[in-house]
Amino acid sequence: MIKFLLMVNKQGQTRLSKYYEQVELGKRAALEADVVRGCLARRKEECSFVEYKDYKLVYRQYAALFIVVGITENENELSIYELVHNFVEVLDKYFSRVSELDIMFNLDKVHIILDEMILNGHIVETNKNRILAPLLALDKMAES
Amino acid sequence: MSDVVEKTLTALPGLFESQTGAAKITNRLRQLIKSITELTSKHEEENLIKRELSAIKEQVSSPNTTMKQMREIMVRAMYCEMLGYDASFTYIHAIKLAQQGGVLEKRVGYLAVSLFLNEGHELLLLLVNTVLKDLQSTNLIEVCMALTVVAQVFPKDMIPAVLPLVEDKLSHPKEIIRRKAVLALYKFYLIAPNQVQHIHAKFCKALSDKDPGVMASSLHIYLQLIRESPDSYKDLTGSFVTILKQVLGGKLPVDFNYHSVPAPWLQIQLLRILSLLGKEDQSTSELMYEVLDESLRRAEMNHNITYAILYECVKAVYTIHPKAELLEKAARCIGNFVLSPKINLKYLGLKALTYVVQHDAKLALQHQMTIIECLDHSDFTIKRETLELLFRITNAQNVTVIVEKMLDFLRSCNDEHTIIHLIGKVAELAEKFAPDNSWFIQTMNDVFSIGGDLLQQDVPNNFLRLLAEGSESKEEDDQLRLYAVESYLTVLKGHTSHLPQCFLQVMSWVLGEYAHLQESVDRREVIRLLTQLLDQRSVSSETRVWILSALTKIPEGQTDLILDLAESLSSSQDTVLRQQAQELRHLSQDSQLREWVLPRGAPWDGIEVDSSLSFLDGFVSEALAAGAAPYKPPHQRQEELCEDRALNLEPYSFSLPVSLSSCSITDRQSPTLLSVSSGLSGNSAELSQKAGSSTLILEGVKRVWGKDGYLPQKEATAPPVDEPSAAVQPASQQEAAERIEPRPEPSTQNQDKQQLASSLFVGLGVGSSVSLLGKSEAPPPRFRKKPRPHESSSSSGTSKRSSDSSSHSSRNTTDSFLYGSFPEEEPATSISTFDHTPKSTTANGLSQNKDTKEDRHANTSQILGGDMVIVRPSTIQDKHPPSVSSDLTALLPADLKDLPHSDVISLTSDPSLSLSSCRLFRDEALLLVIFISNCTETVIKDVAVQLTCEELKTASLRGNVMDCLEARSTSVCHYALLMDDPHTNVSLTGTVSYQTQPGHTNTLPFSGTLSTADFIRPLVVTTEEYGKLWLSLSHDVKQNLKLLTDAGDPLRTTLNALKDALQLHVVDIIGSEGIVACRLLSGAPCLLHCRVNGAALAMWLRSPHPALPDFILYHCQRALAHH
Repeated sequence: MIKFLLMVNKQGQTRLSKYYEQVELGKRAALEADVVRGCLARRKEECSFVEYKDYKLVYRQYAALFIVVGITENENELSIYELVHNFVEVLDKYFSRVSELDIMFNLDKVHIILDEMILNGHIVETNKNRILAPLLALDKMAES
Repeated sequence: MSDVVEKTLTALPGLFESQTGAAKITNRLRQLIKSITELTSKHEEENLIKRELSAIKEQVSSPNTTMKQMREIMVRAMYCEMLGYDASFTYIHAIKLAQQGGVLEKRVGYLAVSLFLNEGHELLLLLVNTVLKDLQSTNLIEVCMALTVVAQVFPKDMIPAVLPLVEDKLSHPKEIIRRKAVLALYKFYLIAPNQVQHIHAKFCKALSDKDPGVMASSLHIYLQLIRESPDSYKDLTGSFVTILKQVLGGKLPVDFNYHSVPAPWLQIQLLRILSLLGKEDQSTSELMYEVLDESLRRAEMNHNITYAILYECVKAVYTIHPKAELLEKAARCIGNFVLSPKINLKYLGLKALTYVVQHDAKLALQHQMTIIECLDHSDFTIKRETLELLFRITNAQNVTVIVEKMLDFLRSCNDEHTIIHLIGKVAELAEKFAPDNSWFIQTMNDVFSIGGDLLQQDVPNNFLRLLAEGSESKEEDDQLRLYAVESYLTVLKGHTSHLPQCFLQVMSWVLGEYAHLQESVDRREVIRLLTQLLDQRSVSSETRVWILSALTKIPEGQTDLILDLAESLSSSQDTVLRQQAQELRHLSQDSQLREWVLPRGAPWDGIEVDSSLSFLDGFVSEALAAGAAPYKPPHQRQEELCEDRALNLEPYSFSLPVSLSSCSITDRQSPTLLSVSSGLSGNSAELSQKAGSSTLILEGVKRVWGKDGYLPQKEATAPPVDEPSAAVQPASQQEAAERIEPRPEPSTQNQDKQQLASSLFVGLGVGSSVSLLGKSEAPPPRFRKKPRPHESSSSSGTSKRSSDSSSHSSRNTTDSFLYGSFPEEEPATSISTFDHTPKSTTANGLSQNKDTKEDRHANTSQILGGDMVIVRPSTIQDKHPPSVSSDLTALLPADLKDLPHSDVISLTSDPSLSLSSCRLFRDEALLLVIFISNCTETVIKDVAVQLTCEELKTASLRGNVMDCLEARSTSVCHYALLMDDPHTNVSLTGTVSYQTQPGHTNTLPFSGTLSTADFIRPLVVTTEEYGKLWLSLSHDVKQNLKLLTDAGDPLRTTLNALKDALQLHVVDIIGSEGIVACRLLSGAPCLLHCRVNGAALAMWLRSPHPALPDFILYHCQRALAHH
């Protein structure tokens, strides 16, 4: 099960956070800082999984941006690793060459996309067209 | 794909100008994002967000703010919350936005709600109507977003309101609506399974939906359902297999592919379901062999996602009923993973291997060289996973090498979480497989000094218990203890300031208990070392208490040292220490008292723990008398708290000196709850003091042993230490030497690895694997714990913890795995888990011969004192004629010898035979033993005893017919008698027939009486249980009895007299009231409530049995009259 998904840049600034298990607001900042530290400390040739407390972290770096997913032990790390990439591909498709700024300026939309893919910590959709369909419909309505 | 995020902050200015269309960004949001990207410090961030929040506050309260602006405000609030600042004042506006906004605003409103509010937030109730409206909307997008939010956060109590609407959506023409409806139902199932029980059939329809997306969503529900009860869904195996086949065969639309792999995450989900279904089920497993085989074959493409599928597939193959061909293929897959140069694959391979070795340890052998390489891998995660794997393959032969590796890793590790998990495993392995005492103690020293105060409580607990309880052989135990003492003395002679508190505590306890075993050591030295610790500032006050307890136990003879110490501590700031110093002084001066309080070498098993805390009764009654409110169990307090929340509509009552309202008074008032008047009377304080004086003074004594054993407390973390380990084993010694030497040639290095491998993987060979499939020669754990009645809660705690994270698979899991293959060797611990029979139910001193033993337990070291009560057996007074030949009891069968019994009385005799009887009190029956003695010099033949008694039931009998009775010998026969309905006295008659000469049968009649008192057993209940029971009983009798006034405390004297005569259990005495409980054998209880009423004792009896109170009353009267 997925416990949280974070998008954090190299400076440790959170660009997006989504928790699938309740974490108090006050504790999130500390958790995120810990998580980023854990991932930044890793070298390129090391594997993309780190233990963090009771979770496993699966992280993937895109330019200066890290996407980190906290999962439980029974989850399949590699499938989450690829899920992250699928997510980025979806963002890429929607924003056409997505950047950190796209994510910042469209925080709501990135969340809407994420909501289509992961629900309550479970992967519910991975088909790119279907993920984007509701958002595209919204955009169309807003335009008209 | 690193080019995906290629635009950098340098492109920022341009972007601000160029935002167009739907993605248009309003000024304020743009400003905020710009400021956020420019932040350089936490302080700046704080200022920025504070300003932003006050701006938002102003805007949201302005009536001119449009919905469009509100949407932007919500995004800004999301930013504030994301950075960790509370924006809770915007929550209500998020709900409003979802309510009133246009489609896009609505979506953002819902999104904000799902981000801001967690399940159970009260504002969510305001969302229900909006959701209801949107679910019925004709706009599909609105329906869609309503379903999304329902699946994310929705108040549990309101599920019935939306359930019919959501159910309807299951047959909606649009797949996305059906899909989201299924997911919403899944959520409902998770939070309120009962609500959706009736629609299981619809889940089935969703599973066979023509749209793959809807089908895939239903798999979430099925995975959950099957996890909970796999047996109920076996019939669906075929469907899942077919679906997987179709997916593998590329039957899904092409946009379900990810990097040309068809719906990989769906495949993974299906494989998980199949492995749950096929687990331990051969016929179901057979259905899936083919598709698993195909799945293994298909995954040939070189892409991460296929490996992810393969991993799941391998796990499934090893989980279901084994098939050799598949296992072989799966093993090959694991091999590819482990050997892969890709580090992520290597990790997954190790993880798979860790899973698989539980089923087949031999697989680890195949990859031993890789495992050894991974052990020295620079990647922390890989190393960690390898240790996990090694932990699983540890056996008695490789334990030293593996533990050494783990300790090496721990010494260089500074992640607390990892240390806690791993050190617990080291302790577990050490306990289970230790090859010898010195290794064990050394390893535990390392565990304590590395784990320090991070250690889980149960590690020192288990260790001390192991030392204390010992095994079957006293000699071996003493050797272990001796070794520990020696080792600790050495440690204490070195630098001690860096040692963790928990280690110091363990050491002081062991030295206190067992220093006397070491003859050669000067006791003054031990005292000096311990006293030295007391002077150190780093030693916590908790540890000081341990040290002082230890000093108290070190045998006499060193009074001068001890007195000095007590003197210096008597001015300590710490009241606990002061108290202990006092005790220390007293005990060191009074060796008799010390011998009594701290007997040497008292056995550990069978310590009575008085969980009802009845030794505190005196204290409680004193407190009650002083006006304290009676104790209420947590649930009652909770209830009252709930009641308090409601408006109090009752008029205020008169105020009483003692809060009556706090006792829940029902119409059938319980005697335990109310003793206001008596509690306020003058002499009650005096009484309770008297009661208290008979027990140990426990105030101020630190409680280190509780119901669940030792209760250590966390102390300030001391830095972990590197202990010079003396437990280096040959192989690792060589290894260590290796590292110091300049880098050797590759070939020798390889050789060393080989050597390490042979020491690591020893015992995993073909004939000697820990495999579940094969046989095993793993020896039983070296240190076998004795079962303990009170271990249950602690071990269940462990299992709970283990379920939280399987990486830290605690003792229970591994035990069950390791023991799984040896049914004849049930782990002792697991047995005791079910041993819930509290000893105290049978303990109320029925056994006289236990007397001395129990007293000894009660006086065991002070450290144990906290929870114990001295259980005094009641003496059974025989009201029958004096005994004739008490030595006859020696003839009792061995299994009956330990039972409490009456004196032997003569029944009858004639020139040839003499009959005596004796009553034995067993909990569930009365045993009537009849001794038949041949008084002649000739053999008596065909002796048969016939006993009749109409009122009693004979449960069993033994030895009532004998072919011959030798001259001058005695034979024993016994009857187990049950009394179902009480009678005051029952008479029994019987005959013995025998032949002194062939053909000449004599009969000897005998008779006797038994009283109800013989069938009464104490009922051990707590005051609280008594109170509950009292209210549930219906038949009552009240009568005034004679009060024995010849002693200082009439009530107590009277009750004791009754207790002695009738084997009652005195539950509690509060002021002038006493409550007493008993039962008829193991049947109907009878509760007695006694109150001093002038010169009489008002007795009130209740029982479920209509007649029982009368009979007990009768016997009480008689007992008091005879007194």
